[in-house]
Amino acid sequence: MSETSHTITVRGLHKGFDNNQVLRGVDIDVDKGRSLVIIGGSGSGKSVLLKCIVGLMKADRGTVEVDGRNIARHTDSDRRYMTQRTGMLFQGSALFDSLKVWENIAFRLLNADRKSRKEAHARAIDCLAQVGLAPEIGDLQPSALSGGMQKRVSLARAIASNPEILFFDEPTTGLDPIMSDVINNLIIERVKALGASAISITHDMASARKIADEVAMLYQGRIIWRGKPEELENSGNPMVDQFVNGRAEGPIKMAIRRS
Amino acid sequence: MNIFAVTGSVTIDALRETGRMAGFAGRGAFASILGPFYWRAFFSSLIRIGFTSLPVVGLTAIFTGAALALNIYDGSLRFNAETFLPQILGVSIVRELGPVLAALMVAGRCSSAMAAELGTMRVTEQIDAMSTLSVDPFKYLVAPRILATTLAMPILVLIADIIGVYGGYLVAVYGLDFSGPVFIRNISEFLQDRDVISGLAKAGVFGFLIAVMGCYYGYRSGGGAQGVGAATRTAVVAAAVAILASNYVMTSFLVEF
Repeated sequence: MSETSHTITVRGLHKGFDNNQVLRGVDIDVDKGRSLVIIGGSGSGKSVLLKCIVGLMKADRGTVEVDGRNIARHTDSDRRYMTQRTGMLFQGSALFDSLKVWENIAFRLLNADRKSRKEAHARAIDCLAQVGLAPEIGDLQPSALSGGMQKRVSLARAIASNPEILFFDEPTTGLDPIMSDVINNLIIERVKALGASAISITHDMASARKIADEVAMLYQGRIIWRGKPEELENSGNPMVDQFVNGRAEGPIKMAIRRS
Repeated sequence: MNIFAVTGSVTIDALRETGRMAGFAGRGAFASILGPFYWRAFFSSLIRIGFTSLPVVGLTAIFTGAALALNIYDGSLRFNAETFLPQILGVSIVRELGPVLAALMVAGRCSSAMAAELGTMRVTEQIDAMSTLSVDPFKYLVAPRILATTLAMPILVLIADIIGVYGGYLVAVYGLDFSGPVFIRNISEFLQDRDVISGLAKAGVFGFLIAVMGCYYGYRSGGGAQGVGAATRTAVVAAAVAILASNYVMTSFLVEF
C-alpha cells in the first residue's frame, strides 16, 4: 500500500523524560477508515505515544504525518490542523465537571465553532442518542453519572463534530465486562458510521480483539509486532504470546523487588 | 556538598521559575486583552471572584476600620492630635489598608480556589481534553480569570474603603464622642482624588497578581492530589508575597507624584 493512502503515518518517533527514554523510534501507519489498537504493558509508553500523535506532547524526534502534513513540529497551526480533524475519548473520561453533560458534548461547537446554544444543544442531544443515552441526561452534571455513562458521554463528545480520526485511550478501563462490551460496540458502530480512522490504546485484550482491524504491540519504546486480531493467538512472537495470555513468566520481565 | 554549587543551583532555579512566571503573566495579559473572549467563563469568574468575596472583604474592612480608629485615637492622644483621627483613618484605609487587606483576603480565597480547580483539571486530563476540542485552554481557563480578578479587585476595594471608613466612623462617633457630620466633612475635605485612585490602581495590580499566581501554579501542577495540594498552598503564599512586595514598589512610586 502506498504511503499516501495512510491517514496517519508515524516514523521514527522518539520521546524521553530526563533519563527515561520512553519511545525509541516508533513506526506505525493507520489507513483511512481502519482501526488500529496498540497494546502493551503498563509503562510501555502507550499513552505517551498517543499524546505525541494527538499533539498533546511534543516528540523529541520523528514525524507524525496526518494526510501528508507533518504535525510533530507542534506549532499552533499544527495543533489546530490536528484538533479540527480529531476526537478523543480519555481514560478517565475527562468531562468538564463545571458544565452540564450537554455542554460537555457541545463544548467544541459552542466555544470553537461558535454555534448558537440552541443549535449546539440539539446536536448534543443527537449525540447522546447515538451513544444510547436519553435526552434528560443532558441536563445532569457529569458527577451524577456512573463510570460507564461518563465514558458514553465522553464518546458522544468525541464524535460531536464528525471527526475524521478518533483516538481512544483505554476506553474500557475501570468498567465491568458488560459495560466494556457496550462501549466496544459503540466504538465500532460510531467509527464505522463516521468512516473515521481510529487509534486505540488498551491492555484489555477482549476490547482489542473486538474493536481492532489491526493490533500492534508496543514494547520497550518500539512496535515489536503487528497483525490482525485473529493472529494474536499465533503471533510467533514470544512477548506478544506472553502478554496476550497474561503470564508472569516469559521474556517480558516486570520490575518487582523480592525480599 | 559545595556551598557555591548549591547557591548557584538555587539561584538558577529561582530565576528560571521567575522567568516562566513572567512569561505566563505576559501571555495571560495579552490573552485577556486580545481574546478570543469567552464571556460565560468571564462572567462566571467575575461572580465567583468578585461577588462572593464581598462578605469576607466587607467584614475585614469594617473590623480593620474600627480597630484602626481606636489605635489612631490612642496614639494621637499623646500629642493632642486626636482631632485628626478622621483624616489619618481615611488616608490609611484608602491608600494602604483597604487595597492590601482586601487583596490578601481575596488571595486566600481565590488564588487557592483557582490553583485547586485548574490543578484538578490538569491531573484529570480535562485541560488536555479541552485542547483536543479545538479550544485553547489557556484562553478559556486562564485569561477570563485574570481579566475578571483584575476588574473585580478595584470594585471590591472601593467597597472595602467605604465599609472600612464606616467602621472607623462607628467607633469614633459612638465610642469616642466625635461628631458624625464633622467626621465625614473632615475625611471628604482631606482626601484627594489621587489617594483614592492610587488605592484602586494598586487593587487592579493586586487582582492581576492574585489570578496569575493561582492560575500559574494550578495550570502547571501535576503529581495527583499531592501535587494539587502543593500548588494550592504555593499559590496563596506566592500571591501574598507578590501583593506585599508590589505594594511597596507601587507605594514608593506613587508617593513621588
